[in-house]
Amino acid sequence: MSEITKAILQAREAGGCAFVPYIMAGDGGLDRLKEDLLFLQEAGATAVELGIPFSDPAADGPVIQEAGLRALSAGTTLKAVIEEVKAIREEVHIPIIFMTYLNPVLSYGMAGFANDCQEAGIAGVIVPDVPFEESEPLEDCLRMNGIDLIRLIPLSAPEDRIRKIVEAAEGFIYAVTVDGITGVRDSFGGTTDGRLERLKAIADIPVLAGFGISAPEHVRDFGRTADGVIVGSAIVDALHRGEREPIKELIGSAKDIAVPAE
Amino acid sequence: MVNTTEQKAYQAPDKTGRYGEYGGRFVPETLMPALLELETAYREAKEDPEFVAQLEYYLKDYVGRENPLYFAERLTENAGGAKIYLKREDLNHTGAHKINNAIGQALLAKRMGKTKIIAETGAGQHGVATATACALLDMECIVFMGKEDIRRQELNVFRMELLGASVVSVDQGSGTLKDAVNEALRYWVANVSDTHYVIGSALGPHPFPEIVRDFQRVIGAETRRQILEKEGRLPDAVVACVGGGSNSIGMFHPFVDDTEVALYGVEAAGSGIETGKHAAALTGGRPGALHGAYMYLLQDEAGQINEAHSISAGLDYPGAGPEHSHFRDTGRVTYTSVTDEQALEALKMLSRKEGILPALESSHAVHYAVELASGMSPDQIVVICLSGRGDKDVMTVRDALKGGDGNV
Repeated sequence: MSEITKAILQAREAGGCAFVPYIMAGDGGLDRLKEDLLFLQEAGATAVELGIPFSDPAADGPVIQEAGLRALSAGTTLKAVIEEVKAIREEVHIPIIFMTYLNPVLSYGMAGFANDCQEAGIAGVIVPDVPFEESEPLEDCLRMNGIDLIRLIPLSAPEDRIRKIVEAAEGFIYAVTVDGITGVRDSFGGTTDGRLERLKAIADIPVLAGFGISAPEHVRDFGRTADGVIVGSAIVDALHRGEREPIKELIGSAKDIAVPAE
Repeated sequence: MVNTTEQKAYQAPDKTGRYGEYGGRFVPETLMPALLELETAYREAKEDPEFVAQLEYYLKDYVGRENPLYFAERLTENAGGAKIYLKREDLNHTGAHKINNAIGQALLAKRMGKTKIIAETGAGQHGVATATACALLDMECIVFMGKEDIRRQELNVFRMELLGASVVSVDQGSGTLKDAVNEALRYWVANVSDTHYVIGSALGPHPFPEIVRDFQRVIGAETRRQILEKEGRLPDAVVACVGGGSNSIGMFHPFVDDTEVALYGVEAAGSGIETGKHAAALTGGRPGALHGAYMYLLQDEAGQINEAHSISAGLDYPGAGPEHSHFRDTGRVTYTSVTDEQALEALKMLSRKEGILPALESSHAVHYAVELASGMSPDQIVVICLSGRGDKDVMTVRDALKGGDGNV
């Protein structure tokens, strides 16, 4: 079983749901990466999604766009992030998942990227601008190195498409709860109209909900149906302001979830 | 013997939307169902005589096609070589080739039951064309435009608003065309069920490069017919400017199998390729993935996209569409570049010699074509795609000339 799947199932068995914070590598300088990762590990994160900055992040909202620009101005590159992760990997025990747009990977070289990720102990990779139809070359490179290609599935996707992607999915399924970009949303209109339940019923690996999840009540709501949540903009924003308490509170909210009986 | 029928030896894209190794669909999952739906709808529309007739009707009676292929006698004399013809896309309604594609896509979107249209624009020509098509077909229209371009093309912003469109200013990044595309994509992901994104150049995820090419193909198809009527033979060279590459791909495509016709794509060299301040992706870039397609891009070593630089807002984009990228590698089209200064000179020359004020974009093609023609013999023929008129650029040109020697 994949390292990531295992970590998620453990969080579930402990009576909560998985909590995967997203942070932008190099926001505030790459030398604070270790401190941030250790803080998130200490606070109880199940795994960490580590964003690689890109000049044209078309799937991201303003908070992550700005964090990416700050990271780029600080000189952050994919190569430097991989090297930094490699250097600190022994102290970080939770799985690290890269989230990067395709072009920095193409520039790096796909095979070399997969190989160096493996050496740095990266457990999974998410590439938001690589849909199912374009995923084969990347999946092959990553698989050869034992790294999961994490796939996104929008809840709005037609059922036959969901089934096709689920079949290829590894690690966990990243359920995109809203059609749109990343970023804080006040409300989800109360419900996902049973679509998260539908996805969960089809999936044979854990399902994590993401996009727009920013408050403890969102975590508790989604944590009942999904196996966990991914929180990005709210974490990036809090880290940027140097506020750690709201992050602890968010992660804490995933620790005790009243899961409905099967 | 003159070949009067179009052959179809060249076939692209393939089923995965590839032109050689370029193209594809590098978009978030959320957009994939919309792209698949668009592809199906487009294939059906293309085969539907009613849709084809409707498009032809608007192109003829509304856009004003066919437009002339004009023999530029004084420009020819001035160049002192091959005969120069101008394909007058500047005479279209709204003043550029962009309307060909905007009407086509808006009709397609309406047929698909979409109620809202979004578009990105650089120079504003595509935004104006899309706003125009939306007014005509009674559809809601939102145009994303970089903050810097809004400043450079104030008049076009006002035109779009007069036509009933909302113009959204994009502050992110360099505030130019690429940032407007990012923002349009973000909007589309969030509103994909009722919205169609009218991409204005031969760019983006499959099937957009194919759709835009097909709707712009009328430029080359008319040119081919017209030159055969006037000269009884095909031209020796065809020249068009390349930003994302829509007027050029539309002009070139009907000539691709005519190997005796040399094709030249002219990119914007800005202050000069060697200065790094340019927009010539095919001349000075390398392949990568942006805005849904694998294509030539201006980027740094780490794969971050560089800002493009050109006096012409319509060429100020860091990539060139997938089919151009393919033609660059196969050598079917020769890509070259022309600086801001050379384009300005060409703009003045065409205005003085022919009484035609070309768009700054098209002026790049004019400069290269005149240079090319001057080295050719009088029995040879060069055709320039005059993609748009220069009224929108008058302020920019005035500022640029004032900053120079001050002489017009």
